[in-house]
Amino acid sequence: MPINLNINEQNLKAQEGETLLTVARREGIPLPTLCFLEGLSVAGSCRLCLVEVEGSSKLQPACALKVTEGLSVKTATERLKRYRKMIVELLFAEGNHVCAVCVSNGNCELQDLAVQMGVDHIRFSYQFPERKVDLSHPLFGFDANRCVLCTRCVRACDEIEGAHTWDVAGRGQSAHIISDMAQPWGSATSCTSCSKCVAVCPVGALFGKGVSVAEMKHQPAVVDFLASARREQNWHKKEEQ
Amino acid sequence: MIKSHSDLEIISLEEKQNTAQYRHRVMCCNSTACLSAGAHGVREAFEASIKREGLEPQVQVVPVGCMGLCSQGPLVAVKSRLPNQETGGKTETLYHSVNPELAETICQEHLANGKAVEAQVLSPELPFFARQQRIVLANAGEINPERIEDYIARGGYQALLQALSTMTPLEVVESIEQSGLRGRGGGGYPTGKKWRMLHEAQAESKYVVANGDEGDPGAYMDRTIMEDDPHRIIEGMTIAAYATGAQQGYLYVRAEYPVAVRRLETAIRQAKRQGLLGNKILDKDFGFSLEVRIGAGAFVCGEETALLASIEGKRGQPVLRPPYPTQRGLWQSPTMINNVETFANISSIIQKGADWFRSIGTDSSKGSKVFALAGKLNHTGLIEVPLGITLRDIVEDMGGGVAKGRNLKAVQTGGPSGGCIPEAYLDTAIDYESLQHLGSIMGSGGFIVMDNDDSMVDIAKFFMEFCRDESCGKCLPCRAGTVQMYQLLDKISKSQASLDDLARLEDLCDMVKHTSLCGLGQTAPNPVLSTLQYFRQEYLDLMTDSPPQVADKAINYEALGEG
Ligand SMILES: Cc1cc2nc3c(=O)[nH]c(=O)nc-3n(C[C@H](O)[C@H](O)[C@H](O)COP(=O)(O)O)c2cc1C
Ligand code: SF4
Ligand code: SF4
Ligand code: SF4
Ligand code: FES
Repeated sequence: MPINLNINEQNLKAQEGETLLTVARREGIPLPTLCFLEGLSVAGSCRLCLVEVEGSSKLQPACALKVTEGLSVKTATERLKRYRKMIVELLFAEGNHVCAVCVSNGNCELQDLAVQMGVDHIRFSYQFPERKVDLSHPLFGFDANRCVLCTRCVRACDEIEGAHTWDVAGRGQSAHIISDMAQPWGSATSCTSCSKCVAVCPVGALFGKGVSVAEMKHQPAVVDFLASARREQNWHKKEEQ
Repeated sequence: MIKSHSDLEIISLEEKQNTAQYRHRVMCCNSTACLSAGAHGVREAFEASIKREGLEPQVQVVPVGCMGLCSQGPLVAVKSRLPNQETGGKTETLYHSVNPELAETICQEHLANGKAVEAQVLSPELPFFARQQRIVLANAGEINPERIEDYIARGGYQALLQALSTMTPLEVVESIEQSGLRGRGGGGYPTGKKWRMLHEAQAESKYVVANGDEGDPGAYMDRTIMEDDPHRIIEGMTIAAYATGAQQGYLYVRAEYPVAVRRLETAIRQAKRQGLLGNKILDKDFGFSLEVRIGAGAFVCGEETALLASIEGKRGQPVLRPPYPTQRGLWQSPTMINNVETFANISSIIQKGADWFRSIGTDSSKGSKVFALAGKLNHTGLIEVPLGITLRDIVEDMGGGVAKGRNLKAVQTGGPSGGCIPEAYLDTAIDYESLQHLGSIMGSGGFIVMDNDDSMVDIAKFFMEFCRDESCGKCLPCRAGTVQMYQLLDKISKSQASLDDLARLEDLCDMVKHTSLCGLGQTAPNPVLSTLQYFRQEYLDLMTDSPPQVADKAINYEALGEG
């Protein structure tokens, strides 16, 4: 059913049941996201896509907010921009992000977000956590120092590949990604080496072995392709049709 | 198997006759606080000396639940069938600080000769007791929680029978709506409204869940109800199941409460045997089964969506709402979660009526609330008071005020999600809105009194440390924000922070409060915000660069001719 909504004082039409993020993207309204990835379930955990909804004191994540008739939102108020910038700063402060030696330098969603938000320095104290690097898998590597806990790998592996190799263990600042029952990735018998987790990782935490600094390009769109191909039973690439 | 009113009456009569054979009933507190003060030895001492004095046929020793004044435990109450002359015709005498020797003396003087040991007697007129209004704690300290007969003898399961035989499910829902009962788990959501949502949900299976996770530091309201009167919760849940059409229920209790788990399991077994749970409850066409689920003791598992994930065997972390549990909860089916204290109110509302319940409390908040009094008070322990009582009445009258020579500074309510209310606002009548208005919350019932020795920065730091350690780590603002806020508070408390740091702390509070995914993160800044609101000077006094110092420096530079 078509409905009317208003984004940033602009009257728009959308289909009931769509999320605000879908509508915003279609209309070319920018909204930062990190945990969201087309084709995967919604986690709503990075909180970057929060928007102000008229008539509600609670901010809502655009990636999960279903549009309804008369919905009126603002996506880029000063307050939201301030919060988003702090979130990105906190992400840098909580991990060990040394871009100069990272495989994803230049191809990193976290870097892109920092540029978008105008982050030029970090106001919060760096935590320098002690984190592991797992190079036991024959094809891929995992450097937890760079992980932003978006859980895209967890969801891609579980929902698209059906292997459920990854999971989250620990809580709070000690929360971290584990493979199988916290075994080295290389001995995780559930892993099919399909590379989907590597494809969706927004940062340089998951990478193909053998790539050097700045060479790791992720292919997050692959899960959307697979998810919609399965839904529509059509495995042709859209361009080829 | 209980099938009718007369079956309940028979059990009740038998139990009363059983009690009536004895001249005295010695009720020994068997609750955690008194047990840790040596209550077990006290009970053994009573049993031994009663045997020695040959009083066994006349005296019954009963382990009971919490009588409230935990700071003066172990507590023992002696109830006598005949009023004894020496105590001025009273039938009930409450002894405090009982040890095995005193037990022996009580036995020889009071039980054998009817003369109370006055020196150790607590007056029932003590405001701590007199100002209470016990609804959910009506049986706590009165019955043996491991005997269903004791509960039935005090009117237990009458409400269930009444609901099942005289009311339609919708009428039960309406009655709860009319009562004005609000959730006791912290949020104060109208209970009847929630019940109606589950009642109206169309689904093959529906669930009701009791939240007995109680993770707030220092809180033990829910534990007391579960340990001391488990059948009250079971009865409330069964009535809820009837009203909403749920077939299965879960009691979620944290693993740190082994006594509560054991008593609830015993109670469930007893209720099943009596036909009060299972198929064809009270011989009616209504079935409901109940299971205890044990949580691993993460604070966040008290949050309803995390709790449901935990029951399903998943990692206990919150998920986005909507959908709300009443729309999609356990195993995708509509599910209603209430706090155990909320459920404990139900049987009384059904029995005494919604109007009776409405007559207690304030305009917006009806009924009573259990608080755990702690901190710098003369009397600490568990109290149940009518809502609308003022903070000052609790502190000064019931709690006996702060120790001599000290000044009351603030009251902290709501635990890690709440705030500190300064002395100047103590005349506020307690309800959900008034506390929120003051920057705190009702929460689950934590009530900590602080005097001038207590540093507000330290309090804020303590709760922030708690939230940092209990954050599940799912969303960034809470996961990383609590770490930074804690570090800033630590820095401030050590006089190492600058005004810049304070500004950063306030920015973080604002961000974490408004962007976190669940209530834990959304309320984690509250203790900081409320202490900043009322005690900002304490923070400023700890700054390394408070404004006067900066000015001094500037003047010095000028004096040195460098300006
Ligand atoms: C971090 C967090 C912890 C919570 N802990 C508890 C708890 O220990 N017990 C409880 O009853 N509710 C707790 N709640 C509230 C529940 O989510 C839920 O609102 C409540 O159980 C509903 O019951 P009520 O309507 O009877 O209050 C908690 C909420 C949050 C956000
Ligand atoms: S390579 Fe494939 S199967 Fe292995 S962990 Fe990554 S997504 Fe899962
Ligand atoms: S490894 Fe990559 S995809 Fe997985 S949680 Fe970390 S940042 Fe996200
Ligand atoms: S607010 Fe804290 S506890 Fe709640 S989901 Fe986020 S990280 Fe977990
Ligand atoms: S993209 Fe919406 S919360 Fe992360």
